[in-house]
Amino acid sequence: MSLKAFHVLFVTASTLLAAGVAFWAFQQAPGEGMGWLGFGSVGAAIALPVYGVWFLRKTREVSFL
Amino acid sequence: MSTTVIPYTTEIRPDTGVNNVKLGIWLFLASEIMLFGSLFAGYILLRTGNPEFGAGSGALSVPMATLNTVVLITSSVTMVLAWAAAMEQNFAKFRLYMGCTVMAGAVFLVVKGFEYSAKFEHHLYPSHSTFMAIYFTFTGLHALHVIVGMGYNAYLWIPGSKMFHSNPQQFANRVEASGLFWHFVDLVWIFLFPILYLLPDAAS
Repeated sequence: MSLKAFHVLFVTASTLLAAGVAFWAFQQAPGEGMGWLGFGSVGAAIALPVYGVWFLRKTREVSFL
Repeated sequence: MSTTVIPYTTEIRPDTGVNNVKLGIWLFLASEIMLFGSLFAGYILLRTGNPEFGAGSGALSVPMATLNTVVLITSSVTMVLAWAAAMEQNFAKFRLYMGCTVMAGAVFLVVKGFEYSAKFEHHLYPSHSTFMAIYFTFTGLHALHVIVGMGYNAYLWIPGSKMFHSNPQQFANRVEASGLFWHFVDLVWIFLFPILYLLPDAAS
């Protein structure tokens, strides 16, 4: 597995983490002043896949192996 | 005196389908997966076996850990951009992105240092509880990996970058191997952050 493939895996894991943290901030800790974390995580969960697509386009000619 | 040349550092080895640099780093990462995998298994067993296990998670700083998560994710992006710059043979961009990666590693360690000192001020040591023992074991081992990765990246950034001009393909392969290790270390943190900082008490 090349760094390109591992980076795609990493961005996917980071996106899932951001979505999970957003859920945690809004559902599990709503009264603990974690709204900033929830909104930030929602932003990250949107931005990371956009970055992932940009990265795949940039490294179109690099092998996944 | 004869010198030994390691074969297949740039070209693909026919029997494995990858060069020896990539094969070597993945064999090493396999051993790392076993190391951290055994610790995660220990965490699951200790957590499920003790109803009061998670009581310590409330003592940890979520904002500091969030900052460190952002720093590490950003460092993975700059690491892969440094590798792309090395492949494109753009030395100035390589220096910039690798420098950012090294600095991000340093920022992570400084924040972790502040976090540790806050724990010690409150007399929270590994002997305090099972949770704190696991917290210090996990984060200490992880920080050790960050130091090693940062050290090798710093080597590639300044003294090791001489190879950029003499053998650019071999240098790009070294950057890729370092990037794979750095991504592994960051991926471990992606798992550590929720299980240590966000999971509620086992009893709740």
